[in-house]
Amino acid sequence: MYVTWWIVWGCIQTWVLRHLELNWHEAIIDSLLSNGLLSLACLAAIILYRYYQPGKSNRIYRLVFALSITILYSITFKWIITYLLGADEYYIDFLEKSMPVRSIISLLMLTFLTITNWLLYNIQEQKEKEQRRNDAEQLVKEAELARLRQQLQPHFLFNSLNSISALAGTKPNEARKMIQQLSDFLRGTLKKDDQQTVSLHEEIEHLKLYLEIEKVRFGHRLQVDINVDCDNKDVSLPPLLLQPIVENAIKFGLYDTIDDITISISCHFENNYLQVQIKNPFDSDTQQANEGTGFGLSSVQRRLFLLYARNDLMTTEKKNGQFITSLKIPQIKK
Amino acid sequence: MNKVVIIDDEPLARSIVVEYLQQHPSIEIAAECNDGFQGVKAIMQHKPDLIFLDIQMPKINGFEMLELLDSTPSVIFTTAFDEFAIKAFEANAIDYLLKPFSKERFDLAIQKWNEKKNTSSKKSIQSLLENTTKQPDERNRIVVKNGSDIRIVPMADVMYIEAYDDYVKIFTKDTYYLKKKTMNYYEQVLDSSQFFRTHRSFIINLQELTKIEPLEKNTYVVLLKNGKKIPLSRTGYSKLKETLGV
Repeated sequence: MYVTWWIVWGCIQTWVLRHLELNWHEAIIDSLLSNGLLSLACLAAIILYRYYQPGKSNRIYRLVFALSITILYSITFKWIITYLLGADEYYIDFLEKSMPVRSIISLLMLTFLTITNWLLYNIQEQKEKEQRRNDAEQLVKEAELARLRQQLQPHFLFNSLNSISALAGTKPNEARKMIQQLSDFLRGTLKKDDQQTVSLHEEIEHLKLYLEIEKVRFGHRLQVDINVDCDNKDVSLPPLLLQPIVENAIKFGLYDTIDDITISISCHFENNYLQVQIKNPFDSDTQQANEGTGFGLSSVQRRLFLLYARNDLMTTEKKNGQFITSLKIPQIKK
Repeated sequence: MNKVVIIDDEPLARSIVVEYLQQHPSIEIAAECNDGFQGVKAIMQHKPDLIFLDIQMPKINGFEMLELLDSTPSVIFTTAFDEFAIKAFEANAIDYLLKPFSKERFDLAIQKWNEKKNTSSKKSIQSLLENTTKQPDERNRIVVKNGSDIRIVPMADVMYIEAYDDYVKIFTKDTYYLKKKTMNYYEQVLDSSQFFRTHRSFIINLQELTKIEPLEKNTYVVLLKNGKKIPLSRTGYSKLKETLGV
């Protein structure tokens, strides 16, 4: 491409010179030499720009650079061509007259080259910057999602281990069963990838494991009512999305009242959304001052926003002593 | 014979304490309680020498339960995970068992208690209660006792607090409750955007404030919604103006 450019340019110059009453011999030598030198000068400039890009503060260097190469080129050219074709006085006369035009052409070319190079470089840099920013954003998002997902409650873990310890003395079989459930539950929380969704069935099974463990701890007080009505539809949701809500429900249900409690979870499919409702009782007398939804729920809200860019997918309400969390999970058509 | 009461909302967690105690024939289990309310009753009834107390429990936590007691027995805390509480235990040299705990660790706690029970542990419990970092729930409520009746008062219902010898009087719309705490304690614990100390002996709920009135030259009182006048000290006056932005 670069070579073709110079050959074409050389031919044009030869043709122009021929029409300016130079003989073929002189026209060709002149054109070859001037274009050869100029192409070398431009090549030098390209190579230089590859290794050194003047910063924003010294943009003027580019112009200075183009100007000095032009001067260097003009002097070198004149010196060599005088040596080669100095015998012909008509040519020397022509050379003297044409020298300013030649210098200006060379300066224009180098300036053009400089500007093109600068533009290309800037575009390239912009692209890289964009890329880097996207990568960084993606990383932050993934890290945040992972953190939100794996908010394992240390309370839950240690209290479960304590229950196992208690069972181990008197009911070793139940202890073994609980270890099994706890292991399955923990494995479930570790392997999930946020980019993929899981089927509702899988998520509910995981919740059941969690609830079974909580029932061993609070069996005397805790009732769970799960009602899934999705007509065998293939519905899916981000993994471990419901878990913090159920955790929250249990925490408020169990710690805000001293009575027996029922947590109910119901799911149905409507208007291309999976709708989930989780209810727990709470004490309206003591909770009136505490309007916070708790960390668990805000993390769910945040995850839904990161995944779907919407803030209206989770709502909470308090009604008849029940705290109700409702979720809408968009179903992407396959 | 030493009497103990076990207070934990998880039956299995209590059963492990019961099991470990079988090896200590000099200790008799007087009661097992599901929550702090039962705990207070059982402690008043049985006057135990030692209690095993969980922190996270329904309605009122272990610390709040202790605040309700007129006389505190020795306490061994049992808890799963609570870094603030654990720091407080260490600072006040009170023994605590981290769940799940081994028989050896349990025996060690009993042994420590046996060595210490004659020296007073009341002081360390008191300073523990004063210094424990409050859980978010605790900032929003005060647990009080009237006779055998335990009430949880949301902070929003508190109109003002008045110093009363070693106690404070916590005034709500209808009545007041006595609590063995200091004014400094409440000044630190309460949300400073909601409560303001107007005077050495008074903290008011800013929601109840209607007016600042001059009393004499350079002295002021604040007027509450129910018409009650509360003295306002000179430093209180300038601070209050700053807080309200006037």
